[in-house]
Amino acid sequence: MTAYIIRRVLYSIPILLGVNILTFVLFFVVNSPDDMARMHLGMKRVTPQAVESWKQERGYDQPLLFNTSVPGFAKLTHTIFFQKSLKLFQFEFGSSDSGRDIGYDISQRMWPSLAIAVPVLLVGLLVNISFALLIAFFRATYIDFWSVVLCVVMMSISGLFYIIGGQYLVSKLLHLVPISGYDTGLNAAKFLVLPVIIGVIGGIGAGTRWYRTLFLEEINKDYVRTARAKGLSERVVLFRHVLKNALIPILTGVVVVLPLLFMGSLITESFFGIPGLGSYTIDAINSQDFAIVRAMVFLGSVLYILGLLLTDISYTMVDPRVRLS
Amino acid sequence: MRSRHKAGSGTLRWMLLWVGACLLAACRGSGWNNPYPVSESLADTLYSSFSERPKHLDPVRSYSENEYAFIAQIYEPLLQYHFLKRPYELVPLAADRVPTAEYYDAQGNRLPVDVDSEQIAFSEYEIPIRPGMRYQPHPALAKDDTGAYLYHHLDPAFVDEINTLADFSETGTREVTADDFAYQIKRLAAPWLHSPIAGVMGEYILGFTDFGKQIAAQNQALQMEGDRVSYLDLRPFQIDGVEVIDRYRLRIRLHGKYPQFVYWLAMPFFSPMPWEADAFYSQPGLEKRNISLNWYPLGSGPFMLEENNPNLRMVLAANPNFHGEAYPHEGAAGDREAGLLEDAGKPLPFIRKAAYSLEKESIPYWNKFLQGYYDTSGISSDSFDQAIQISGQGELGLTDAMVEKGIQLQTAVNSSIFYMGFNMSDPVIGGDSDSARYLRQAVSIAMDFEEYISIFANGRGVAAQGPIPPGIFGSRSGPDGINTVVYDVQNGRPRRKDISVARELMRKAGYPSGRDQETGKPLILYYDTTASGPDDKARLNWMLKQFEKLGVQLVIRASDYNRFQDKMRNGTGQIFMWGWNADYPDPENFFFLLYGPNGKARFGGENASNYSNPEFDRLFERMKNMENGPDRQLIIDQMVEILRHDAPWAWGFFPKSFALYHAWYMNVKPNLMANNTLKYKRLDPVLRSRLRARWNPPVIWPLGVVGVILVISIVPAVLLYRRRERSAAR
Repeated sequence: MTAYIIRRVLYSIPILLGVNILTFVLFFVVNSPDDMARMHLGMKRVTPQAVESWKQERGYDQPLLFNTSVPGFAKLTHTIFFQKSLKLFQFEFGSSDSGRDIGYDISQRMWPSLAIAVPVLLVGLLVNISFALLIAFFRATYIDFWSVVLCVVMMSISGLFYIIGGQYLVSKLLHLVPISGYDTGLNAAKFLVLPVIIGVIGGIGAGTRWYRTLFLEEINKDYVRTARAKGLSERVVLFRHVLKNALIPILTGVVVVLPLLFMGSLITESFFGIPGLGSYTIDAINSQDFAIVRAMVFLGSVLYILGLLLTDISYTMVDPRVRLS
Repeated sequence: MRSRHKAGSGTLRWMLLWVGACLLAACRGSGWNNPYPVSESLADTLYSSFSERPKHLDPVRSYSENEYAFIAQIYEPLLQYHFLKRPYELVPLAADRVPTAEYYDAQGNRLPVDVDSEQIAFSEYEIPIRPGMRYQPHPALAKDDTGAYLYHHLDPAFVDEINTLADFSETGTREVTADDFAYQIKRLAAPWLHSPIAGVMGEYILGFTDFGKQIAAQNQALQMEGDRVSYLDLRPFQIDGVEVIDRYRLRIRLHGKYPQFVYWLAMPFFSPMPWEADAFYSQPGLEKRNISLNWYPLGSGPFMLEENNPNLRMVLAANPNFHGEAYPHEGAAGDREAGLLEDAGKPLPFIRKAAYSLEKESIPYWNKFLQGYYDTSGISSDSFDQAIQISGQGELGLTDAMVEKGIQLQTAVNSSIFYMGFNMSDPVIGGDSDSARYLRQAVSIAMDFEEYISIFANGRGVAAQGPIPPGIFGSRSGPDGINTVVYDVQNGRPRRKDISVARELMRKAGYPSGRDQETGKPLILYYDTTASGPDDKARLNWMLKQFEKLGVQLVIRASDYNRFQDKMRNGTGQIFMWGWNADYPDPENFFFLLYGPNGKARFGGENASNYSNPEFDRLFERMKNMENGPDRQLIIDQMVEILRHDAPWAWGFFPKSFALYHAWYMNVKPNLMANNTLKYKRLDPVLRSRLRARWNPPVIWPLGVVGVILVISIVPAVLLYRRRERSAAR
């Protein structure tokens, strides 16, 4: 197992390097260092000297990937890519182009994102599995049919509709919770109720339908028939046998998204005024802050790789037949 | 098995606890949907929002409206605009009086005030500073018993424990002196601080540019020494044109005559800055923790930044050391009747706190305003129909729903212009040939900006007759102010010329029916724009339609803003739309956008049309140095006529701002020049609390209905389950 993990970690280095290069190239295809300087210096009365000085101070006066004006290895090291992007491998995010410490901002903004994402994941899992089990229990009845229809309808509706509709109904018409905002500590709860409920409801359609499929696949297997033949009730068969075995793909599906919970949700956070990481990257792209863009893309890639690794590991833990080699 | 059961019940317990906490928190207080603490219900706190976090709060850098919304309440420049009087009038703020210029020739001899500006080599402003002004409590000014600064030599281990400015237990203050204003002017010149006005000030303040070079060299030397303290103390260095006469007097010397200089003195660039601020914030480790002057201002104004979390909320609180100021005793005509002088003479500020929440989306923002949780609001196009109705006479007013809530509307024509520019260096549409001029005039007539305002701005704008917005000296109203190149005068009002006039101009230009009369080929013009999304399609179609009236084929060249700016800088655009927001209420600030030596392509200035007319430039140079009066108006009229004739712009429109505010929000008068108006605002928190409670009663019965529906829908499932359990195996 240890050897496997080390190998996977080593594999991730070229992947991250590739992601870094791709982000770098894509960013600088759209924005030049001059554009970045102008964006940060403002629109009015910006002199060419101020632009040059801004670039020089932040190291954007060097060539992007290859410096022909210096000898030897410095051709690679005296470049924006080397100076800016490779430090990320040490998890040194540095400062944003507007001067704020990126690591600090991430550490501050990940908690509000988690405050929504974790309850949505847990409550969503509970609700979706319960509904899926219920539908599986009533398989091939009108309840099954109409539940699947409802699931398809629910998953066809845009997430934005749930958000705007939820805000309209719960906050504007019923006046039950604040329409948007955030606070710290226990006071955050009243701001989280609605986004969490909407997040759960928005995920019911797709989640329930997927879990129903998993349960129905299990229900037709031999061991379930054997359990029924033993005279066990359908409830016991479902909860004690089917649920346990169907949890393997469910668990691995959950593990892969766990690290990405940190990254937050752009639309939810924007509409509910939650100061999470979801809008951090988009704001940075809009303000042409390359330092934040590269840090967030790198972090997202690392978390994704971590999620895949955890998934592989979780397989061995929940299914003894699987061995990593 | 037991441990698993335990873990499951533990999770369940946590979830129940979480839901319970949510409900508990939601049920506290009268308004369940109140986003603010119940304890603040009756507090003198203003609630507002911001949609984009401010980039800079250092007065040396800040130059945008969203930054001024905060720092103009914190910093006190030398002058300010009178809150009520119109036309806009400068009055003292940190200065004891509005300074007047004294003029000198090259030999240093004093010249009379009315001397020809050609003879003036230097202007001198002696500015008396108001005594007794003190800075807000701040750790940079904290001293121990011996008088030594407590936090100017921080230990790295101590810095590691610091996360915000509030983590410094001690604060201090001191009096604002003339040295602090001189220090701030030095900061304006510091190249590493990137002040946007360094270029302009370099042209006028004596020795400003040389000073900048000198300290840049010193700073570089300091960096190369690898000194731990990378902070360059600017106090030992002097700018030739800035002299501290004594503790309360400052003298600023300018090249030539520059009457607009006093307007700059009313902007936060010219606020006092204690040297201690730089000494404190430049210590290693603080910037890494986002503790910098850019994020934690140090001012002497009526408010100070109590909480700075630009990802969530920014809170201004009354500055306990504020020197005091009284609400104005006089205003413009009609202000007394409007109740704007009821607070005359009362001490400012009225509001003790102002909380600004980050609100990125317009829907929740608008709904929170309607619920009474924001005191004021703009009107987005989404909510325009809900707020504004147009009467049979075409007048805009509030809808019944707004009136019922006691919401009031304030409108004002902005001191800004949104224009269509023609690149005067373009071979087809530019230049001073008759053909090109006729073409530009024809396009100016065809571009129906009245229709544009009606469709795309919900009527919030006034079609421009020239470059100067109403309310700025030089702008003429009535028949005298009508652009007769584009409009006919009908009953004293402008009426856009018939399209046949434009077609005739096209014929004279050599493009009858939009075709080149020599080659017979259709005339193709290019419109450079940043509008490329689906939302912009209607706008672009409208634009095509305007040119089709002339038979001209318009090609839309959409690009992102960076590329658009590149085209403007290189002078490769042909037709474009752009805007300008005035820095100060002087016609010079609009005419300079068309002054030849400010051409963008050749000189990197703000003249994006690259317009150059020697006669206009000559008049501009005369006009900019004149005091407001009939002589100046005469020259302005000539300049406007030249521009209308040459048509380097199709004049576009002056946007109109609409602001809504609740009945409990008082002393509201649009002031497009002043940004420090928060101190004049007054609230009635008791009325606000009462109305909020009336508007937001929790409606619980639908939850019961949902519960009943759920139960009813479960019954058949339970019955089916029982029947199945009892039936024989299949």
